Amino acid sequence: MSSNATYAYYPGCSGLSTSLDYEQSTRAICSALGITLQDIPDWSCCGSTPAHTVDHVLSAALSARNLAIAESMGVDAVVTPCPSCLTNLKAAGHRMENDRFKKEVNALLDQPCANSLTTKSVMQILVEDYGVEEIQKAVSNPLQGLKVVPYYGCLMNRPPEVMDFDDPENPTAMDRILTALGLEVLDFPLKVECCGGSFGVARKDMVVHLSGKLLDMARKLGADAVVTACPLCQMNLDLRQSQINAGLRETFDLPVFYYTQLLGLALGLSHDELLLKKLVVTPWNVLKKVEEQEAVAV
Amino acid sequence: MCYQCGNCTAGCPNNFVYDIPVHQIMRLLQAGQKEKILTSHSIWLCATCESCTTRCPNNIDVARIMDVLRHMARREGYGAEKQVKQFNDSFLHSVQKHGRVFELGTVMRYVAKSGRFWTDVELGPKVLFRGKLATKAHDIQGKEQVSKIINRFLGDEKK
Repeated sequence: MSSNATYAYYPGCSGLSTSLDYEQSTRAICSALGITLQDIPDWSCCGSTPAHTVDHVLSAALSARNLAIAESMGVDAVVTPCPSCLTNLKAAGHRMENDRFKKEVNALLDQPCANSLTTKSVMQILVEDYGVEEIQKAVSNPLQGLKVVPYYGCLMNRPPEVMDFDDPENPTAMDRILTALGLEVLDFPLKVECCGGSFGVARKDMVVHLSGKLLDMARKLGADAVVTACPLCQMNLDLRQSQINAGLRETFDLPVFYYTQLLGLALGLSHDELLLKKLVVTPWNVLKKVEEQEAVAV
Repeated sequence: MCYQCGNCTAGCPNNFVYDIPVHQIMRLLQAGQKEKILTSHSIWLCATCESCTTRCPNNIDVARIMDVLRHMARREGYGAEKQVKQFNDSFLHSVQKHGRVFELGTVMRYVAKSGRFWTDVELGPKVLFRGKLATKAHDIQGKEQVSKIINRFLGDEKK
């Protein structure tokens, strides 16, 4: 490992529920690669989209409670797998660079936040601190024979002044990781287009339209599967794929993996450790292609 | 200062459901058309995907403006997209109660408040069969601290 950085880990609420598979596979790959994640004790919700639509100080305070706890842990950075948490934690830090804003945030908190830590995505520490070459060296089970599209979602890289990672229009971090695993990574023009986000419950029609476009493009390109890094994107594309099919009179049948699940498979972790059984569109037929490729190679 | 190039609207994924395209919201803002903006559906249907902010050649943080317009609309009692607001309120209610959001509780409160009893019922078997949705809230020890953050904010807002 190229760095001995220490990380405070912020799992995010969906990791306890709808994205348990992302959460567990993230922990499994970090453990396999020797990256230590120290949980932020008694972490609370970042407020997600609903908080920032109500008020920016409120939203920053909900995030800053966690940043303040992390500051007492003596770590180098805060990391989270979830882009929605990431955007809130990072926006809170960015806005608190303004002293007046920071004062208003701290007035809402029991334990004040000094704003001394940066927050990064797990993907960012994988490519910047650990290194794609090191990941490639750790691959014991290359995933050859599978074509995938990398879908980053809208939040992980934008806006660039706040997120400070990769390219905001054409990010490549996930492309590079997936290529290192032996996958054929297709050029996906909708990498950072919106899936409909948190409108799934209140305005399903919007998710059907937007996520439908993503699945349509993935299929047109001949992808076997979509790969995501976001619990909300994954839920819209996977769990809601049947709603998209009903709404658009379509027959999409594309598994939607978390990139951590494919990384885990390539590192030789088991289906159970990566909770592949949680995927709603079952991945077994697609994964068979990898096994067939292995059989040919032998 | 916005010069109406339309780049924000060109990249806006949700323009198809907006009643006023985002570049026109920016123009109405310059013209002081507050009522027209705060009663619009568009401000509630923006997903804060940050395309507009990222692509504005004038470095205007358009997504942040849309967010602030929602703050103003909320404070002044507007809410053209009632369901979106009800969902957000249900979410924050759950955060205040447990310290972390309890997804099932959030959806159930939203359903009760909105009266939309058929919301996502067809997904029930899929999530239950796979254990994809926690059926119990994960209350944190410091949930009072989180609740106080929200109460202090609401108190400040009333002043």
